[in-house]
Amino acid sequence: MTKFQLITKGLIKENPTFVLLLGMCPTLATTTSAINGMSMGLATLFVLVLSNMAISAIAKVIPDKVRIPAYIVVIATFVTLLQFIMQAYTPAIYETLGIFIPLIVVNCIVLGRAEAFANKNSVVDSACDGLGIGLGFTLSLTVLGLIREILGSGSAFGFKFIPGDGILCFVLAPGAFMVLGYLIVLFHKLTDKKN
Amino acid sequence: MEYIIIIISAIFVNNILLAQFLGCCPFLGVSNKLSTAVGMSGAVCFVITLATLVTYLLQKYVLDVLGIGFLQTIAFILVIAALVQMVEIVLKKVSPALYQALGIFLPLITTNCAVLGVALIVVTKEFTFGGEPHMLNLGESVVYAFATSLGFGLAMILFAGLREQLALNKVPKSFKGIPIALVTASILAMAFMGFSGLV
Repeated sequence: MTKFQLITKGLIKENPTFVLLLGMCPTLATTTSAINGMSMGLATLFVLVLSNMAISAIAKVIPDKVRIPAYIVVIATFVTLLQFIMQAYTPAIYETLGIFIPLIVVNCIVLGRAEAFANKNSVVDSACDGLGIGLGFTLSLTVLGLIREILGSGSAFGFKFIPGDGILCFVLAPGAFMVLGYLIVLFHKLTDKKN
Repeated sequence: MEYIIIIISAIFVNNILLAQFLGCCPFLGVSNKLSTAVGMSGAVCFVITLATLVTYLLQKYVLDVLGIGFLQTIAFILVIAALVQMVEIVLKKVSPALYQALGIFLPLITTNCAVLGVALIVVTKEFTFGGEPHMLNLGESVVYAFATSLGFGLAMILFAGLREQLALNKVPKSFKGIPIALVTASILAMAFMGFSGLV
């Protein structure tokens, strides 16, 4: 696979949210608005690229039996780094996303890529793979957040264009499950036609 | 009285799966059959309560005392991973029957965000059970963790029951599998919204 293919496959073919169904917790919990969804996606992208690179660089020296704990420590280190950066530069977003930033450690996408790709490919390829999957995740979270924001509060990216309160249910828990369910159906329908 | 409020709030009002979205992976992944859902719930219940007890003590007597609170994320996940491993070894020796029942679910729990989530919530968030906002003490934390995991079990078992029924029905092709499960979960979450304002 070329580097370009590695980056673009995460958008449609191996989209982590709609096709692989990984990382459901942040997907459902943080997409109350388009901005929140996008921030969560970008935060995950950051950790994914760095941990993929680090793990592919050190994969050969880690004994096979303790590789999972070792990967988790590497990922946790980058998450802690991300927490510092966000606390310093984007404190408002850090507050809104709250517990879901430290929970990137247990996001199955990050560990999944380490196990499935980074530990047997070169550093550059792993970085591209992390970038691709991260972009796919960011895209799907932004779309999900955008739909919930439009239906739930009548605005897009914080810009209000429908007067009134909107359907509150879509910002709350039931809306998250429902919009994601229908988006997956739509995604299957669209990609099936292509093949 | 306060403990009762904590229990009702954690099981029904702020249900960990349907209101806080922690632990959604097993919620969607292993809810096909009622029996596996029960096994998973039992294992999660056990690990969440134990992990919260240990991480609370770790935070209070090691991280806070040494002033290295920023290592929280790394320390907690390591403790949880080690704990799950230990529980597995002890169970295998002490109660082979229980080990058989929970066996395959235990390794999965390390990366269940409900465990790390609850451990982080009890040491970072202020609660308003019974009056003034305050940090939870050790007893309250453990009760909160146990009640939360009961809430996990309740939602999980209800959902597995629904999905077993759903499997017998005719579903449009695009909705098969996860999409129809998500729509079902949405309706279940709506039902749980009825509890809000109870506490």
